[in-house]
Amino acid sequence: MSESRDYDELGLKVGLEIHQQLDTEKLFCACPSDMVEKEGVEVLRDLRPTRSELGEVDEAALMEAQKGLKFRYQAPEESSCLVELDEEPPYGPDEEALDVGLTMALFMDADIVDEIQFMRKIVIDGSNTTGFQRTGLIALDGTLKVDGKEIGIPTMCLEEDAARSLEEKDGEKVFRLDRLGIPLVEIATDPDINEPEEAKEVAQKIGSLFRSTKKVKRGIGTIREDLNVSIEEGSRIEMKGVQELDMLPEYVEKEVDRQLKLLEIKETLKERGARVDKEVYDVTKQFEDCESGIIQGSLSEGNGVFAIKLQGFNGELRGEDGEPLLGPEMAEYAKKTGVQGIFHSDELPKFGITEKEIKGVEDKLDIEEQDAFALVTESEKRAEEALQRVIERAEKALKGVPEETRQAKPDGTSVFLRPLSGKARMYPETDIPPKPVDEKKIERLKEELPERPSKKIERYQEEFGLNEQQSEQLFKKAYDDLFENIVEKYGSPSVVANTFLHTYPDLEKEGHEVEKIGEKSLLEIFKRFEDGDFAKEGIPDLLKEVAQGKSVEEAVKASGLETVSEEDIREKVIKIVDERQDFVEEREMGAVGPLMGVLMKELKGKADGEKISEILREEIQKRI
Amino acid sequence: MARRVRSLDEAETGDRLKIEKEDQTYVGKLMPTHRFSEEDIITLKLDSGYNIGVKYDEKTEVELLEKKDSVKEKEEEKLEIDEDKPTISILGTGGTIASYVEYKTGAVHPAQTAEDLLYSNPEIAERCDPQVEILFSKLSENFEPEDWVIIADRIIELFEEGAEGVVVSHGTDTMGYTAAALSFMLQGVDRPVVLVGSQRSSDRPSSDAHLNLLSAIEVAKSDRPGVFVVMHDSISDETCAVHSGTKVRKMHTSRRDAFESVNTEPLGQVDAIKGEVEFKNQEKSEDKNEELRRIGGIEKDVSLLYATPTLTEDDVKHAGKSEGVVIAGTGLGHMKTQLIPALQEIIDQGKPVVMTSQCIYGTVNGHVYSAGRELKEAGVIFAGDMLPETALVKLMWALTLEEDTEEVMKEDVVGEFSRRRVR
Repeated sequence: MSESRDYDELGLKVGLEIHQQLDTEKLFCACPSDMVEKEGVEVLRDLRPTRSELGEVDEAALMEAQKGLKFRYQAPEESSCLVELDEEPPYGPDEEALDVGLTMALFMDADIVDEIQFMRKIVIDGSNTTGFQRTGLIALDGTLKVDGKEIGIPTMCLEEDAARSLEEKDGEKVFRLDRLGIPLVEIATDPDINEPEEAKEVAQKIGSLFRSTKKVKRGIGTIREDLNVSIEEGSRIEMKGVQELDMLPEYVEKEVDRQLKLLEIKETLKERGARVDKEVYDVTKQFEDCESGIIQGSLSEGNGVFAIKLQGFNGELRGEDGEPLLGPEMAEYAKKTGVQGIFHSDELPKFGITEKEIKGVEDKLDIEEQDAFALVTESEKRAEEALQRVIERAEKALKGVPEETRQAKPDGTSVFLRPLSGKARMYPETDIPPKPVDEKKIERLKEELPERPSKKIERYQEEFGLNEQQSEQLFKKAYDDLFENIVEKYGSPSVVANTFLHTYPDLEKEGHEVEKIGEKSLLEIFKRFEDGDFAKEGIPDLLKEVAQGKSVEEAVKASGLETVSEEDIREKVIKIVDERQDFVEEREMGAVGPLMGVLMKELKGKADGEKISEILREEIQKRI
Repeated sequence: MARRVRSLDEAETGDRLKIEKEDQTYVGKLMPTHRFSEEDIITLKLDSGYNIGVKYDEKTEVELLEKKDSVKEKEEEKLEIDEDKPTISILGTGGTIASYVEYKTGAVHPAQTAEDLLYSNPEIAERCDPQVEILFSKLSENFEPEDWVIIADRIIELFEEGAEGVVVSHGTDTMGYTAAALSFMLQGVDRPVVLVGSQRSSDRPSSDAHLNLLSAIEVAKSDRPGVFVVMHDSISDETCAVHSGTKVRKMHTSRRDAFESVNTEPLGQVDAIKGEVEFKNQEKSEDKNEELRRIGGIEKDVSLLYATPTLTEDDVKHAGKSEGVVIAGTGLGHMKTQLIPALQEIIDQGKPVVMTSQCIYGTVNGHVYSAGRELKEAGVIFAGDMLPETALVKLMWALTLEEDTEEVMKEDVVGEFSRRRVR
């Protein structure tokens, strides 16, 4: 249904927030910014929401605290120090990282602030040992042109990455500190994007600018996108942690689907005069003989079963198409209090809960035809907390789409993470002195400004005689640096470009791991190619061998491409000429062409064509 | 509403301003200037919540968009106090163990009132009947020796008023000195006196203050008499160590387990979550019927001399002008032998000279090398494995007593010496 959808009419507005990891030292200490597969020392910590002077505790912060989680941090020495452990004040910011941020600001004609002041953004989900993320605004009001359209860039920030989340179990979240403190440049766009596909184009453009600085990390997880999505009748939601750029349009489409469905539900509920009864009922008695394993297990631990009544919600917890929506969304809210989940009437009977128990609940709650109910089995206190969340979500359903921060899931959908955070969650990072950005620095960065992607693509065409598509592809696939490095040393731009743009994909299709071919090996291959050791036809075979871990030397031997000596060539030529004595006598020098074909086949890739031709001519000459 | 203001001087913190520069316009709230900012920089909080520094000169246009909000009164939170729980006095002296952040300006305020302290740590009331009092609000680096006496006297009064234990919240920099001073001055204490601080200020979600404070309260509720320091015993937020007030030293500038028992093991461990306090050894049974009182006072004029290769005769003579000298000697308790005559002069004036070691770990010994023997012969008092700072405080105290200072310095008064060291 999304193909034919008129996004203009729906008033789709999408903004991006792109976070790119930089390939420098960490932002506030001298640790390398490498991920390591070591656990290191383990440290157990608590985080408490701080209260402001007005006694306000941030709602999002409070929701996290309510879960009562402990945080376990793995601190491998190779990639973390006392700063990441929150055991030493930070220093910095890293100058190189700052330069990358400012370079991006110059690319986007943004206004660089006179003095950067780092802030503490409260985040108590454990992903920062301090309980806040350090972030500084470095530039404002930039613009980005994508396909002729101007996209506003209101803010650009330099900030620290969060710790890497490993697992959550037994009331404990486990993180590794290798990622904490890696510099991120955050670029936010205005909600100027009006089509799902456009989101991807904008992200690609920003990504290519980042790559041109040559100081950014590459690969999965090194660039992350947050999305702001809204449609006119719906609400703004913030979606965190999209890792696959190609999936951006899908996330937007699916979010629009979700909002439209919630709006439909709202209409239905309105027609029915639906309302939410705030009373929590104890229905433990109704489940005494229930055979459900979940219920039995819970009751044997001394818990009860508790229910709320959702007047007019029948059938809306699970949509008409059978796609679950409101029910699971209610469950997501409830889970934030630490319960495993909820049961709701649209999905019952199931899980061992039978008509008998359903009838019992319906009688107790006075359920009529259009009504629904939700159940939680837990201790009374926790069930009450969980059901209050369900009530909260149900009330929001009456109003339409709630403003939320959601977590992107790999399948293109998202789940509720927390209410949209307020703005009062930042205060100054007093441990880091303000960083003035002086004119001299900006002048220097302007002089050193890397070539813009569009300029580079033009230059490739002029300088190397590639076509536009080849030039663009080399850049998009991030082979540009390697390409230039090889061509600068050993020439043959079209052979090198073809290797990356055609040979590589072919090899990948055959199952070869081309990412294992290192720069050194490539340089050696093209050096030997330039020296005439083998013909270009030999390159794919060589690459296959190198991809399997062989050195270039070994690969040359294995693929039978060792240099054929002049004598060997002559021997082969003599053999062929002798075998075709009559033909040669008849055609004289006219035999060169056809015999050349035979020889090239025999010596495929092992000898230079010109050499073969030279010897062939000599040998024919001798015989006529 | 908007009006031009002639200069920034007319604007107040919290006012919403529009700042127009040649090429850029900023709108935001005026914030207090950062201490390390350049002179021509003002701090503006933008609507996004970010602060930035904006350079201004005579050409910068400033427009006042809105006066600052009137400050909302802080809502008082009523805490339920259970008077049947043990009465624990919490004496605030400063530091960051109880502070809160003003998000608008980012300023961190130390707890100024008892309510502030309870307000940021409401769990205190679940554990005891707290009697909170802010004695003073000082950074511990600014403490004067007189302050130790004021604290000691107030603790005695609090016990007399019925406290079952006293917790003293204190900045960490000089907490060890105060702990030693209280240990020597408080006589006849049959209840716990617990000093506690924090290494990460309590306005941060990751602060160690909360666990430290609750642990201190648990120790204060125990029946162990003495002066203790209670702080994290690892960099995890799990348990705290109970240190003796005379054997404890801040051994790291920033870690939360910075406080260590030196030349001995901590006296015990607290698991505040479980509410358990475990002491390793039972207190030696002594006559507990001493009268609760302060013995002696503090002689301010005592020097601590750090024996370095650069130390000169003049340095020693200068130190000798005070009423007593503690030396943080090299190695086993040495200093340049050519300075011994200068020390001899001080001792001949009847002033005590006490030798400790800058190694911190281990004990001094004047018998092993000739330098040591010469120092002993000159009359230098060797202070065993006493910490240099503890020796300093002890000498300051001993000088106010009627007893012979050398005798007092050599006597183990409150466990400041360890008789054996196992590591």
